[in-house]
Amino acid sequence: MRAQASNLPLTFLDASIVARDVIILNCVTLTVASGSPTILIGPNGSGKTTLLRAAMGIIPLSSGRITWGDRERDRPPNSAIMFQRPAMLRRTAAANVRYALAASSIPRAQRRERTAELLTLVGLHELGSRPARSLSGGEQQRLALARALARDPSVLFLDEPTASLDPYSTKAIEDIVRTVSARGVKVMMSTHDIGQAKRLAGDVVLLHRGRLIENSPATEFFATPHTEEARRFIAGELLI
Amino acid sequence: MGNPHEFIGIFVFSFRKLTYGREQLSYLNSFNRAATASGKAMTALQLVLTGDPGLFAIVRLSLLVSLGAVLFAALVGVPAGALLALTRFPGRDVLIVILNALMGLPPVVAGLAIFLLLSRSGPLGSWGILFTPQAMVIAQTVLVTPIIAALTRQTIEDLWVEYRDEFAAMGIGPGRRVVTLIWDARFSLVTALLAGFGRAAAEVGSIIIVGGNIDGFTRTMTTAIALETSKGDLQLAVGLGLVLIFIVVVINALAWAMRHAGERYAG
Repeated sequence: MRAQASNLPLTFLDASIVARDVIILNCVTLTVASGSPTILIGPNGSGKTTLLRAAMGIIPLSSGRITWGDRERDRPPNSAIMFQRPAMLRRTAAANVRYALAASSIPRAQRRERTAELLTLVGLHELGSRPARSLSGGEQQRLALARALARDPSVLFLDEPTASLDPYSTKAIEDIVRTVSARGVKVMMSTHDIGQAKRLAGDVVLLHRGRLIENSPATEFFATPHTEEARRFIAGELLI
Repeated sequence: MGNPHEFIGIFVFSFRKLTYGREQLSYLNSFNRAATASGKAMTALQLVLTGDPGLFAIVRLSLLVSLGAVLFAALVGVPAGALLALTRFPGRDVLIVILNALMGLPPVVAGLAIFLLLSRSGPLGSWGILFTPQAMVIAQTVLVTPIIAALTRQTIEDLWVEYRDEFAAMGIGPGRRVVTLIWDARFSLVTALLAGFGRAAAEVGSIIIVGGNIDGFTRTMTTAIALETSKGDLQLAVGLGLVLIFIVVVINALAWAMRHAGERYAG
């Protein structure tokens, strides 16, 4: 899990997505450089999930460009995503990780060892033989994180990974995020939780109604927000 | 009272007396009918318990034909259903409606079509398999394939909606997607296979047309039941009926246990 400098910066250039005449992303221009986590914040429907999916190549842009390391690519190299509600394959926790390793063309001989490493990293080493769907919500999120890390990504997208989790499970996920970030993986994560953004963010990106409202280092964003929307969001007011 | 047939007859007779309170003459008629029916059932049970070779030859052929049809239908229906679930093309909705409608294909119509295909003057007459177990397997495969394909299509499509994003995120190719979906839906697909087996095991219309119900060669449980009933000899018919129900229950129980154990292991 080491960042590959050639993949970054990730750049969105006038990126727009329109679906059924609804503008979901509106001319977003954003550069994501290596370093500490970039946190996307904003209310529901602001375009956070769509931005992450577009970065992964799951949703095509209606207009604009996305470049990785200043090169345009159909599919981002060495990246992985964890969805807000990840689907658990109908097999054991360990088999879920092995499946992701196989999908990443990891040789069969290495999969067992890598599976054990990843399950240990997310604190599920004792639950490897349990059916994935029988795990708790927090455990499933951690398993999904292990599956995403099986791709050995240099950039990891996390779409509200702690939504509806209790504080204990949230802390477990945040600890993993810090660990992988410290190992050089660039994390780009969306959240509703201002407190979480303060705890994890190196940079903060505020989206509202598909538009990029503000993008600045976390300390600056929380201390001296430049926009009215950012000020209201930080103050806990409803951004409608 | 020493004869168990009489005992069952009296029991049924007493029940009717309590329930309906008919006149004396009707009681006598009811007693006779009940005693006769229970006697047939007991004789049929004796055929089963003593391992009557004629009965078991019929049971064996029935199982071979029905399980063979389910096997071939699964080989065709599961991939076809999965393909239909995962592809989008013009006319797909029409195809799904037709496939669903074919689940209710009348067996006699299927039997007639296969008969025309396999008859000497038919396009496949040179195969020479009309009135053989092979023809019966083909007829039942035609009946069972739409059931398995339609249920597979629904099962795989539901799972596909759930897995779609993960596949995209992991960069899983089309071939691997199909294999994964079929594997992960395996316990649900058992239900589709059971539905197919249920159709095949209970079916009589098509196999009596293409098989001919030839004693010792193409006689199955259902065709034998139909024949014996029409002859008025109910002993074998009742015995076969009991065996048929028993087999269906056992196979369903085994499938349920397998599914339950599998789900407990793999989720």
